[in-house]
Amino acid sequence: MTKTITEINEKISKGDVVVVTAEEIINIVEEKGVEGAAQKVDVVTTGTFGPMCSSGTYINIGHAKPRIKLGGGACYLNDVPAYCGFAAADIYLGCTVLPEYDPRNRLHPGEFKYGGGHVIEEFVAGKDIKLTATAYGTDCYPRRKLETWINIKDVNEAVLFNPRNVYQNYNVAVNLSNKLIYTYMGALKPGLGNANYCSAGQLSPLLNDPLYKTTGIGTKIFLGGGGGYVAWQGTQHNPTAKRKDNDTTCVPAGTLAVIGDLKQMKPEWLLGTSFQGYGTTLTVGVGIPIPILNEEIVRYAAVKDKDIYAPIVDYSEAYPQVKPGALGEVSYEQLKSGKIVVQDKEVPTAPLSSYTKAVEIAEILKDWIKQGRFLLTEPVASVPGPESGLTFKLLKERPIE
Amino acid sequence: MISKRIVLKFPHRLADQPIVCNLAKYFDLEFNILKAYIKPKEEGLLILGLSGEEENYNKGINYLKKFGVIVQSLSQGIIRNSTRCTHCGGCITVCPTEALVLDTHTRKVHFYENKCIACELCIPACPLRAMEVHF
Repeated sequence: MTKTITEINEKISKGDVVVVTAEEIINIVEEKGVEGAAQKVDVVTTGTFGPMCSSGTYINIGHAKPRIKLGGGACYLNDVPAYCGFAAADIYLGCTVLPEYDPRNRLHPGEFKYGGGHVIEEFVAGKDIKLTATAYGTDCYPRRKLETWINIKDVNEAVLFNPRNVYQNYNVAVNLSNKLIYTYMGALKPGLGNANYCSAGQLSPLLNDPLYKTTGIGTKIFLGGGGGYVAWQGTQHNPTAKRKDNDTTCVPAGTLAVIGDLKQMKPEWLLGTSFQGYGTTLTVGVGIPIPILNEEIVRYAAVKDKDIYAPIVDYSEAYPQVKPGALGEVSYEQLKSGKIVVQDKEVPTAPLSSYTKAVEIAEILKDWIKQGRFLLTEPVASVPGPESGLTFKLLKERPIE
Repeated sequence: MISKRIVLKFPHRLADQPIVCNLAKYFDLEFNILKAYIKPKEEGLLILGLSGEEENYNKGINYLKKFGVIVQSLSQGIIRNSTRCTHCGGCITVCPTEALVLDTHTRKVHFYENKCIACELCIPACPLRAMEVHF
């Protein structure tokens, strides 16, 4: 049994497509088997909602009168520095950038109350943002100073472009030391006091398409409450990472770079986020549809939490000092039970990404498809799979003499 | 028997007067101090667990109010902003009294105000800053 994306899109346009979430497909495969499920179901929707630090937006603010060249100058949005390495009116704001006045960790742990991610959330919400800029002045761009309010409704382009999102699996973070530590995986209590994880597990996009058979460059997705696309593989994309027999990776592996029109997005799916002692970031909502083209694809999409494993990593010493070796691995079913056993000790677990929000995203994407508002796309190119040999490398430091 | 957690705000003029000890002396109430500090304008703030017979408890609260002490329930003091909370779970292992708990079936975080001791550890721990202090 095989289907094509064209056939599925015809069903979507006619209104008789069968679409379910990555949770619902599990029971369908159990009842009808892989063959029956592949015949009946056309699309499976996945979702995830968690902090994704390689996120940001580029904006074209429009030319001022007289003209000012932001490129090569300095520009601040609500006192948060934006990147000015492009042309005159194009800037990029990343989610982890902080205002100069932020004390960071001078009094540890810093609170990191406001950064790029918060500006992005406010910008998407339609709030006025203060823009202050200085420039060195040229004959054609003579102006050296600009102070103005800007609003997402008025700018030419506001494009969310995230170089690395949607991690395929992630670490379970613990702390083996005798001191409380603050990390991007939250506060970790000493002596294996807690274990934090960050994945939607059986609902997660790349854990449902582990070999990137249907997700590729040009795949249309739910992004930040609007539509978006996969633009490229994400940074640190690591398709040759260790896998289980069901082809899911049991360590962090694939990633995606995603892009979309910020003007179509909603602030409830792009939230400014603060990790004490660490920094600011953006919590991003992403949902990816999986066209059920054959039985193999539905088998992957029906993966369960009990069959997906994550490595337990010590964030007090092993992670910062780049020491290899995990303390073991656990399934997402065990993690979601609230307790796991590490080195014979019972350790309470907590997630950092919201499963209920991930379910909501998968349901919203399901509705868009059922209503005929969202057609699937055929990727124009694949992201590298294991056969590419692509492996994520550490920096090879070469001291400058 | 009543047992409640309350937030007491003392105006500057009362800062040097013994008042709370009289709750035990005159009204046979037990108190447990959860938090105590003097604010910049010499106003006092006390968070107390207070317990005793209902009639004595009410008399004790009236005694405090008669002095001009502002009495507020702690459940109005530490609040979860439900529009900002995404049920991510970042707070649950930080809370020392399990006032913040993740339901393993619904995957939602519940806030049990009656278990909260106003330690305020959840305030900076919440990544979306959904936990707020209102006293």
